[in-house]
Amino acid sequence: MSAIYERELDSQLNGLTGYVYGALMLLFGGIYVMAYHLEGAADFTYVLYSMTFIYLIGTPLLTMRSIAEERHQKTDQLLYSLPMSMTKIVLGKYLALVTVMLMPIAVLALYPLVVNSLASAGAIPLKAAYGALVGFIFLGMALTAIGLFISSLMENVGLAAGSCFIVMLLLYFLTSLTGYIPDSAAASLIAFAVAAALFGLILWRLTRHGVFALVFTLLLEAALGVCYWLFQSDFSGLFADVVRQLAVFDRFNSFSYDIFDITALVYYASVTAVFLFLTVQAMERRRWAE
Amino acid sequence: MIEVKHLTKRYGARTAVEDLNFTVDSGAVYGFLGPNGAGKSTTMNILTGCLAASEGQVTIDGYDIFEQPVQAKRRVGYLPEQPPLYMGMTAREYLTFVARAKGVKTADLERQLDEAITVTGIADVADRLIRNLSKGYRQRVGIAQALLGDPAVIILDEPTVGLDPLQIVEIRELIRSLGKDHTVILSSHILSEVQTVCDRILMIHQGRLVASGTARELEERFAGKVTYRLTVKGGSLDAREALEAVSGVTEVSAQVTGDRTELVVTASDTSPDMDERLSFALSDRRIPVLRLEREQASLEDVFLALAGESEGESAPQKNRKGGKAV
Repeated sequence: MSAIYERELDSQLNGLTGYVYGALMLLFGGIYVMAYHLEGAADFTYVLYSMTFIYLIGTPLLTMRSIAEERHQKTDQLLYSLPMSMTKIVLGKYLALVTVMLMPIAVLALYPLVVNSLASAGAIPLKAAYGALVGFIFLGMALTAIGLFISSLMENVGLAAGSCFIVMLLLYFLTSLTGYIPDSAAASLIAFAVAAALFGLILWRLTRHGVFALVFTLLLEAALGVCYWLFQSDFSGLFADVVRQLAVFDRFNSFSYDIFDITALVYYASVTAVFLFLTVQAMERRRWAE
Repeated sequence: MIEVKHLTKRYGARTAVEDLNFTVDSGAVYGFLGPNGAGKSTTMNILTGCLAASEGQVTIDGYDIFEQPVQAKRRVGYLPEQPPLYMGMTAREYLTFVARAKGVKTADLERQLDEAITVTGIADVADRLIRNLSKGYRQRVGIAQALLGDPAVIILDEPTVGLDPLQIVEIRELIRSLGKDHTVILSSHILSEVQTVCDRILMIHQGRLVASGTARELEERFAGKVTYRLTVKGGSLDAREALEAVSGVTEVSAQVTGDRTELVVTASDTSPDMDERLSFALSDRRIPVLRLEREQASLEDVFLALAGESEGESAPQKNRKGGKAV
């Protein structure tokens, strides 16, 4: 695993993308720290809250090549023939990406200390600052896992970057977008029905087993119908609520209110685990290639 | 060493490999021979654990490639059709990475690296970026990569494709030398290559094994048959009748060009006096013989014949003795 980790790290550091991400992180970190402190709001959590948008660009930059490039260059053949489990390969790659992600954040972590050593008044409360930094890192780790998964689905690096960016954008604006979903129970039902159909479609694409996917989808839709019939009143606004649960970025909000939100950390860790698992599955599935 | 039982691979409705059975013993160079699209790459990808089979079993040194992939893969070095090289690394960096990823112990790493580099003759270019290497050298780096981790079996998929004639000769020599202390399996669609490099040949056609054995054995399967090419003066009918009357002749085809006739005679009698009997048969009827030539069956014929056979039959068996006339 360490060999995979080191090679991935090496290729990241030899490329340009990691540095672009790092430069963005440090540049905006500097700008926000300065701006907020000129205003007198000595709170590092605001800085981090404002900076989550850098992941929008940073995540695609960091993750786009990791697997898509291997597929494109056919070096993935080597990975498949190695006497090593796919889980270790994916983990090695993921940890390398996280290492690159953490590099500028490590510099960022010095900012509160620097500010405090210079400022005579209005010192940054360090506990809240570093609490929020932990949340910020966990958010980045979850997004990196999502990006890695998207890269594992693509053979074209540009396409991987584009798709990843669109997904990041959707996740970033998800809560605002849910405002456009009608609140009525019927609307929720329709939205769920469409989601179930989409799920069936994905299932069919993945398994290439039409009957299985169709039966599964029909069962899902039937279950949905029964639930609607039994608990119709609960359905109003339910779809929007469910979608809001998926808003990865918004989980960070509580950190900006000086709350060290353990549930958010658990949520990020779960997202990371799920997408790493999916990445391994996506890689394994290619052994069964069409 | 390697045992393949009832191996089948389907891609949707298309069957790439069907019910493949064979055994590979240690210490020989095996050649997988077949036209493009015969299922060679698919089979090799399955043998090395890169691809899952639809059905069947592959064991390497007793380890099942699907059940115990890590142990099985340790015993195999693989060079896919397109060498999996990281262009931005030097050959040495790349080989170090592969050795470590294969779990080669640090104490053993330098020795294995040096050995792989020496054997494949890439010492001069080891510190250059792979991107800047010629195709022949890239192929060598690919082979060096397969050698790392001291695998007992080396599997090479079309190792000479895309190389210039000199490079081809060099790579073939390299493969032969590897065969001294490894079991080597290589695939090729070039008959002469397999003939010169391999000790044993596995002929594969449309995903099925149609024949296996040494080049000599396979040629002998055709020994029960000999082909003559004749040119005679005059029309075809007489000559044809005369030749067909000779005992041992199984088939005669004729083509008239001007006042001459070209004949192709297939005979099941391979004794040397067949030549005389044919010429006497013609002179008895006062047909002037302008040319009479005996043709030896080549591996090429065997291959074409077997390929043709398997298209007409549903289940050809391996090691079937005695070829039949085409």
